[in-house]
Amino acid sequence: MRNLLEIRLLPPLAVAAIFVTLPWFFPSAYYYRIGALVFIFALAVAGLNLLMGFAGQVSLGHAGFLGIGAYSVAVGPAHLGMPSWLCVFAGAALSAIVAFLVGRPILRLKGHYLAVATLGFGLLVAIVLTNEAGLTGGPDGMTVPRLLLFGWSVRGSDVWYWITGATFIVGFVLALNLMKSPTGRALQAIHDSEIAARLLGIDIARKKLAIFIISAVYASVAGSYLALFNGHVTPDVAGFLRSIELVAMVVLGGMGSILGSLVGAGLLVVLPQALTIFHEYEQALLGLILIVFMIFLRRGIVPSVAAVVSGWRK
Amino acid sequence: MAELLQFVFSGLTVGAIYALVALGFTLIYKASDIINFAQGEFVMLGGMTTVFVAQAGVSLPLAALIAVIVTTAIGLALHRFAIEPAREATSVALIMITIGASIFLRGMAQIIFDRRFHSLPPLFGADPIQFGGAAILPQSLVVLASATAIVIILWLFIERTIFGKAVIATAANRLAARLIGVDTRRIVAFSFAVSAAIGATAGVLITPIALTSYDAGTLLALKGFAAAMLGGIGSAPGAVVGGILIGMFEALAAGYVSSNYKDAVAFLIILIVLIAIPQGLFGRAKIERV
Amino acid sequence: MMILETDRLSIAFGGVRAIDDVNIAVESGQVFSIIGPNGSGKTTLFNLVSGIYTPDGGSIHIAGETATGLAPHERARRGLSRTFQNLQIFYRMSVLENVMVGRHRHERTGILADLLHLPTVVRQNKATEEAARAALARVGLADFAERPASSLAYGALKRLEIARALATEPSLLLLDEPAAGCNPVETQEIDAVIRSIVKDGITVVLVEHDMRLVMKISDRVHVLANGKTLAEGTPEQVRSNAAVVEAYLGVHGSQEAARAFD
Repeated sequence: MRNLLEIRLLPPLAVAAIFVTLPWFFPSAYYYRIGALVFIFALAVAGLNLLMGFAGQVSLGHAGFLGIGAYSVAVGPAHLGMPSWLCVFAGAALSAIVAFLVGRPILRLKGHYLAVATLGFGLLVAIVLTNEAGLTGGPDGMTVPRLLLFGWSVRGSDVWYWITGATFIVGFVLALNLMKSPTGRALQAIHDSEIAARLLGIDIARKKLAIFIISAVYASVAGSYLALFNGHVTPDVAGFLRSIELVAMVVLGGMGSILGSLVGAGLLVVLPQALTIFHEYEQALLGLILIVFMIFLRRGIVPSVAAVVSGWRK
Repeated sequence: MAELLQFVFSGLTVGAIYALVALGFTLIYKASDIINFAQGEFVMLGGMTTVFVAQAGVSLPLAALIAVIVTTAIGLALHRFAIEPAREATSVALIMITIGASIFLRGMAQIIFDRRFHSLPPLFGADPIQFGGAAILPQSLVVLASATAIVIILWLFIERTIFGKAVIATAANRLAARLIGVDTRRIVAFSFAVSAAIGATAGVLITPIALTSYDAGTLLALKGFAAAMLGGIGSAPGAVVGGILIGMFEALAAGYVSSNYKDAVAFLIILIVLIAIPQGLFGRAKIERV
Repeated sequence: MMILETDRLSIAFGGVRAIDDVNIAVESGQVFSIIGPNGSGKTTLFNLVSGIYTPDGGSIHIAGETATGLAPHERARRGLSRTFQNLQIFYRMSVLENVMVGRHRHERTGILADLLHLPTVVRQNKATEEAARAALARVGLADFAERPASSLAYGALKRLEIARALATEPSLLLLDEPAAGCNPVETQEIDAVIRSIVKDGITVVLVEHDMRLVMKISDRVHVLANGKTLAEGTPEQVRSNAAVVEAYLGVHGSQEAARAFD
């Protein structure tokens, strides 16, 4: 029984080990910044992965929830006088509510209909954020006040590295828990055969809605962290390109693999930083990655590597 | 009243473009069940290529022709290199491929062209025609006339030629079409080529009115897709009607509600259609057989 | 007690009346078989009973209560379970996990507990696993538990679907061509499994083409043709019904049916 538990939690433990020892090798604070950004996006992607890779429901508008979380920590303090830490929770709650209201009608849809509906949702969020200038500062965005925890102002890439990393690992563990539970099995069943799942007593609509809400909360928290970390937020945090980046990270790292979320986020955050001269080609490369992976490496990096490794073992 | 007329005309004009984009979507969807998100990029490429080729000194009509040819070639390349290799992919995977293609084309356009807005000189001058108190741009009439012509030509081709019949057969049942000797690969490639050509033409026509830029494609694709869904995806007359309707709703919303939210109209319509009448106005609901 | 009844059930697709005024009454504990040529509406009838299709007319009653408007998952909760002609296996999951999903009806943990992996979830997972392994053992697949479902042969997959359906502890089990594509040995195994299911008091409604199997184990046989009832009765009655013999059993079929009684 003890052994089973260890095997199950091995990936997050390995990630935690790397997460804790990696800073020893950081030559400068800049690397903490990259690490924090990777963990922020990995968190959002983990949620999206639960929805897309595990439960099989596509979402091309997930940056909408990123945006809700990001703007919560801007609008909350500026217009409602709320402390930032509370706004993170409030943003998550708001995202959950929005996910509930939007998800109920659109999760009945399948395949490309669902894809386009989520796309429409993401775009509507971006449009509202851009237009309601009185509330959101319009296209130029808003500044985000620093997070205050127990009277202490949270600043510095290194602090954020620890916060984002720890949150991601918690999210990782929760996701793994879900996958190996009755709910997780029901979701996977829905992905493979909705009809069979229905006839085994699974309430498809409720389960899909539940995972949609969970993935929205993951994205929302990530968005809040992003805004607090950067100190500034603009409407393209919820934009179409951002949603597609998230999807690309899922596809790259591996559908249904939380570890893959970290890999996908890592690659798509680090690569543009490493290849700054090719910054112009970022969009073209993103598109190319999507095409190439969806044609040749549909399972993504981590599951493909895992398959190769288990092939060696035999 | 004059105001309403104004909105109606601008709605019709932009609606004609959405109709052409929607038609492109529908053509590809009918031949291959694929939703081609790069459709908007075809429109953008039509306009942008014309602008830059003309800037290089080529006469305008020739530049437009070159633009349409180049875009058609790109459409064929898209099919050959991104769609064909992924034949057995799920519909969602194919959507992601076409989204990837769309972003790729956007990204390349950003580099090869530039990030600014561009315009083209209108065909018959820029002086608006007065009609019932409303000012109508001559280019609007060009757009409407051309769109009508394109729809008619396409309809004639599909209904009256053998190749057109092959397209219909492929759309009805791909396996059956192959069994009677139709080369469905060529039909699908053809649908991409024609959609690209239609899109590029639409781009050339609308640029004098609406300007163009490297990222104009995305919004156009989404609105064109909304139009196709509204009309009933897979229905060509539906695509045209859907396009006109979306254009009209958008113009009326911009005029009477808020011009900021005019882009939201199309997306709201997408959501409403998908939730309330997923098969659209002219489409037919599908029954899933177990 | 009538565990399943349909009353004047009808459905049409386009212009085709797939099921036309069909009345069925299945007694608890019986083996009730539905036979008829391909296209006669057998699977459509199953889809109507399990709630995948909504009828145009008529009604369905499960265990005495009206079930006509109920969603499939609600009918499952009333004790209905089924297998599929075209196999609806969860290919991405392991053999064991497929059957564990079958235990869903009896699992009691909520989503929050699942997220936090509380001790109740650990216990639930264990209980579910045990029940699933027992169901696998019943169909002879216990050794394949850890294999991916996609690696199983066709006949084994059919048995896997039965194990998964059994894991729900149904009172009414619909088997859609369980022996289709199986060789005589596999068919014997399926026969044995069905008999053991019936011994447990589960009512079995069977759609099958294998006439020998049908005649051997059925209590009652219902013959469908073009969506309408052609005949119903005991196996002997049906096989000696001239209309049925002529139209549907054919020469070979009636010989097979006769051999079932040797």
